Amino acid sequence: MTTIPLRLKELSRQEDRFAYGHRMCAGCGAPIVVKQVLMATDYPIIAANATGCLEVSTCISEYTAWKIPWIHSAFENAAATISGVEAMYRSLVRQGRIDDRQVKFIAFGGDGGTYDIGFQSLSGAMERGHDMLYICYDNEAYMNTGIQRSSATPFGANTTTCPAGEVIPGKPQNRKDLTRIMAAHNIPYAAQASPGHWMDLMKKVRKAFEIKGPKFMNIIAPCNRGWRSRTDDAIMLSKLAVDTCYWPLYEIENGVTRITVKPREKKPVTEFLKGQGRFKHMFAPGHEWMLEQAQEYVDREWERLQKEAAFWAEEEKAE
Amino acid sequence: MGKIVAVTGNEAVAESLRQVNPDVCAAYPITPATDLMQRFSSFISDGKVDTEMVLVESEHSAMSACIGAAAAGGRVATATSSQGLALMWEMLFIAAGDRLPIIMPVVNRALSAPLNIHGDHSDTMGARDSGWIQLYSETAQEAYDNAIQAFRIGEHPDIRLPVMVCMDGFIVSHSIERVEYLEDSEVKNFVGEYRQVNPLLDIDHPKSYGPLILTDLYHEYKRAQHEVMTKVKNVVLEVASDFEKLSGRKYGLFETYRLEDAEIAIVILSSAAGTTKDVVDRYRDKGIKAGLLKPRMFRPFPYEDVAAALRHLKAIAVLDRADSFGGYGPLFSEICGAVMSMDTKPPMINRIYGLGGRDYMPDQAEKVFDELIGIAETGKVGAIKEYIGLRE
Repeated sequence: MTTIPLRLKELSRQEDRFAYGHRMCAGCGAPIVVKQVLMATDYPIIAANATGCLEVSTCISEYTAWKIPWIHSAFENAAATISGVEAMYRSLVRQGRIDDRQVKFIAFGGDGGTYDIGFQSLSGAMERGHDMLYICYDNEAYMNTGIQRSSATPFGANTTTCPAGEVIPGKPQNRKDLTRIMAAHNIPYAAQASPGHWMDLMKKVRKAFEIKGPKFMNIIAPCNRGWRSRTDDAIMLSKLAVDTCYWPLYEIENGVTRITVKPREKKPVTEFLKGQGRFKHMFAPGHEWMLEQAQEYVDREWERLQKEAAFWAEEEKAE
Repeated sequence: MGKIVAVTGNEAVAESLRQVNPDVCAAYPITPATDLMQRFSSFISDGKVDTEMVLVESEHSAMSACIGAAAAGGRVATATSSQGLALMWEMLFIAAGDRLPIIMPVVNRALSAPLNIHGDHSDTMGARDSGWIQLYSETAQEAYDNAIQAFRIGEHPDIRLPVMVCMDGFIVSHSIERVEYLEDSEVKNFVGEYRQVNPLLDIDHPKSYGPLILTDLYHEYKRAQHEVMTKVKNVVLEVASDFEKLSGRKYGLFETYRLEDAEIAIVILSSAAGTTKDVVDRYRDKGIKAGLLKPRMFRPFPYEDVAAALRHLKAIAVLDRADSFGGYGPLFSEICGAVMSMDTKPPMINRIYGLGGRDYMPDQAEKVFDELIGIAETGKVGAIKEYIGLRE
């Protein structure tokens, strides 16, 4: 059981389990996510990491930023890899060869390693019911290889493989709603979080660690290189994503949907889009339809989520 | 001395895994290896092993989970075939590069396309360069014995490498043969306790597995991997010697059959060696000095020892149950490598046989020996590479 109060003063005194000195870009959202996740708990943790920015920048040659046991094997298999580690832990504990020290298992993957190439491995691990928490740091494109589109890339975004051109103005498709897909595995816990709302994020991590079985968290992680935003905008953008309902903060616990942070006033999605060069072309004359379409998508999804949450609120009241 | 039983190759290897009792097994079914893992799963369901089984959604995840489990710090096994091995391909190199002693029986089967479920060596030959140790088995007995020895070889402190134990799909995996089992306690003592090296589960001493290593050290890292491979031969022989004391069955880097005074010989892997030995006997009865060499350890390949065994021959045929399209068969290439060191090189031919489970019959071996007789007399080789056993 984690006991440190979720207050900045106490948290700041905790020993870092993810050291500084790693080589992530200045202003990247991903290491902030990792720090918040690891800081949320004092359970012993073993982590697997999919190939990607986080992996290539945190363990190079003779250096490692990880003060916890950590394994990277390939791109599409962080979930399968950690499921092997977890299976060995269970086997050796059951055989009485090691003590049960309530070790928690995490897999970190970017949206490429999670939504796309690692999707099968993730789905399999969740279905098998390993006691693990999968964390997707979602920066909405393949940033490590140079900003190529992924199935997490939102509609209209300019990437190097769906560049905003004369004929095709950025990514034609909407993003995949992976959090719902993971919830549809009927796992005990699936949630969305944002490093801009660190308290909400850490509470979710804590909750996840108290639940036995497979858990999934999708965490938005702004990437200033790929989003074409200012270096110091990561937290502001991750807050705006929530305030515009572009990235709603919610959790699905044993099938029950709850919105955990409701914006006081829902801002237009353009507030989130306008600070990012990847959406610049959508603001050009003649492309108004793109902004409209982006807003419609956010509205529709937010509406649906609210209905779902309201339904479960009623159900709980009835009980 | 254990029981003498009539079992299939799959059954025998499943029994060896039961006796070894690995800590984790992650596997995905594929013909003709399915039966092996099914049998092992029933050992788990009946509480006969302590193994934690991870029934993954693909072979890629099977090998990934094995890598996680082996890095965590325990004994790990899996099994596969053909497309399954092909799907694991990426992870094979990682298992070896991370020095994780995963033991994997591979039931040899052809690769698509066209789809074919029967035995040939295309699958494991495709994994030849992955950094795994490869042992090939002629019979169910050899597959059983090799599987047990594989744990000792792979887990040896000087080695720490994954091992494939290969047997021919259907011909061995599904045929019932006489097999001598060792006692459970004998196997347990033979493989010994698993020795952890840098286990991830040691949370007090955190380790990072799988770093990024670029131009500064990658080259040295790979050379180190090759150097480990050069130590495998002695360990294989040492383990074989211990195994002989236990079982009375002798193993080496390869087997020779009536080769010492032979003038012509066939070099061939796995089950087809049995058929070839019969033909060797027939030719010997006719007064023709025929012989055979059957490699057991294909990776690392014992070039010098093989060369010493083949040195005196007047003509050699290397039969491959796999092909390299536009190149020579993989076994032939290795034998060429071995022959390189000889002052006078015997003439050699490469014959491709038995792809996709095409039966290898005695008359095919006879034709090859007849051709070798001619080559030995004249010293002249016609076509170096040809297919045999083709339908006309």
